[in-house]
Amino acid sequence: MSGPAPADAQVPAPLLEPPRRRHRLVRRFVRRRLAVLGLVLVGAFVTLALFSPLLGSATAQDFANVMVPPSWAHPLGTDDLGRSELARTATGARVSLLAGVLSTALALAMAIPIGLVAGYYRGWADAVVTRATDVMLAFPFLILAVGLAAILGASLRNVVLALGLSQLPGLVRVIRGEVLALREQDYVAAAVADGARDVSIMARFILPNAMSTLIVQATVAIPGAIIGEATLSFLGLGVQPPTPSWGTMLSAAQGFLDQAPWLAVFPGLAIALTTLGFNLLGDGLRDVLDPRSTR
Amino acid sequence: MTSYLLRRLGAALITLILGSVVVFLGVHALPGDAALALAGEERSPAVLAQIRQEYGLDKPLPVQYLRYVGQALQGDFGQSTRNGSSVAAVIAERLPVTFELAVLAVLLGIAIGIPAGIASALRRGSGLDYAANGFALVGLSVPHFWLGLLLILEFAVQLHVLPASGYASPLSDPVENLRRMLLPAIVLGTGLSAVLMRQMRSSMLESLSADYVRTARAKGLPQWRVVGVHALRNSLVTVVTVLGLQLGALISGAVITEQIFVIPGFGKLLVDAVFQRDYPVIQGVTLVTVTGYVVVNLFVDLTYSLLNPRIRLSGRST
Repeated sequence: MSGPAPADAQVPAPLLEPPRRRHRLVRRFVRRRLAVLGLVLVGAFVTLALFSPLLGSATAQDFANVMVPPSWAHPLGTDDLGRSELARTATGARVSLLAGVLSTALALAMAIPIGLVAGYYRGWADAVVTRATDVMLAFPFLILAVGLAAILGASLRNVVLALGLSQLPGLVRVIRGEVLALREQDYVAAAVADGARDVSIMARFILPNAMSTLIVQATVAIPGAIIGEATLSFLGLGVQPPTPSWGTMLSAAQGFLDQAPWLAVFPGLAIALTTLGFNLLGDGLRDVLDPRSTR
Repeated sequence: MTSYLLRRLGAALITLILGSVVVFLGVHALPGDAALALAGEERSPAVLAQIRQEYGLDKPLPVQYLRYVGQALQGDFGQSTRNGSSVAAVIAERLPVTFELAVLAVLLGIAIGIPAGIASALRRGSGLDYAANGFALVGLSVPHFWLGLLLILEFAVQLHVLPASGYASPLSDPVENLRRMLLPAIVLGTGLSAVLMRQMRSSMLESLSADYVRTARAKGLPQWRVVGVHALRNSLVTVVTVLGLQLGALISGAVITEQIFVIPGFGKLLVDAVFQRDYPVIQGVTLVTVTGYVVVNLFVDLTYSLLNPRIRLSGRST
């Protein structure tokens, strides 16, 4: 589908890719309509999050307009305290994207050095890391996240921490595997023969070549973390009211299903569209950046 | 094979031991004081000291750990600090509920995911293929609790055909039990069917282009035999593994599904215990979950290596 594997897959990609390769990647990406749709969805929610203050206050209560169905004055209706559902959903996008992106960034920031050391040096460092990830992976994702959230206490910062730590073992495993494969490449042997130091080999040859895997992994991890944040908040272990989060909004909506069904629709739709966007984007990026793994 | 089995068994055992240490230390790291929780109203220093001594809370952590594991191995997970009931008994009571939910969800996932995957692989690029892929993408993107709310909204609040929440024992009232389990099973099974569909489609496509399928076609075998016997059997191997790997997602999903539908299962027990700061229950539930998870993964690995000798012959399997 995506043509023959490019010959340059075997040589180290320089830190800055030449414009021609970048152009080719962009062209390949644009040809995938679903991937572009994913990018548009993600972009739309990022915009919504950035400009959410323009849509009004998410916490201002108006008891004259309680549980008003969607209308021109209140496009997504109001909740049980008369708060604008549109403003709350938009502000919720901030919380969700922040939690999704920050926790994934945190997990990557920890996983990259750990995976590099384990995969590059092997030996006892690798044994320790493998054992530790095995133990962490013995806990189902949500059990680990619920446990960490319970230990740390419920707040946005702690949700980011809990989700970041929960993502860590999976990412370490992927990076370690990638590094194990990359260090056997001829150009690494050449760099070693050339007397390059380990740190510079990792930074100049191994990390840049692992970059496409990392980008794809991050795009796949972010929607998982967004659902994770919503789940923890839904359970009451995440973001605390009155800060709107899609999870807490849905949890509150469960009490008013018969009176205000719209309250259960929009935050969920927002979660679904955001994760769908990231999933489509991730699929597209994988096809483009890693042609070997076309499904 | 024996050496692979022993190696894999040893690794699982070590994981389990370390996992139990993590659970133990994790529960100790939870905010709050177990002695305070046990004491209830009576909080004089003398009473607290007596409780600490009685429960061994004054001993060093390693001693407490060994004592806990020793008792857990004999099926004693301590008492709930909430109501004093035996944690093991509560777990034994709740586990079958979650088990039923999980079995129903898996059956549903298989019933939808596998035929859909086969059909979309056979009709690659057709409208059916697009529809199945679209369903899978949506199924993977919709969070459990939203799907649950929507189903309650539609079937309980608006159509009044199914109950919104609650549980009935299958022993006393099997029909009511199924009526109440249907929506939760759909919620839990949707994501699974999406994953199975995608996996079935891609491994089926791979099998269909393999040499042995071409040979079977060249021999003049009818399409149903080529697909049903040759391609399907090999595709199912990977699907079995994926099913095993989905166990974690299934457990996580059960926690939230039980919360929405107020089903008194294992997952609800955990969440309630977290809110009530019922440490022995949290500890017991997590320990049982981790043990079950490690054991099932071990079985999946072993089944896989039986079906695919390349795994065990290639030495280390991670």
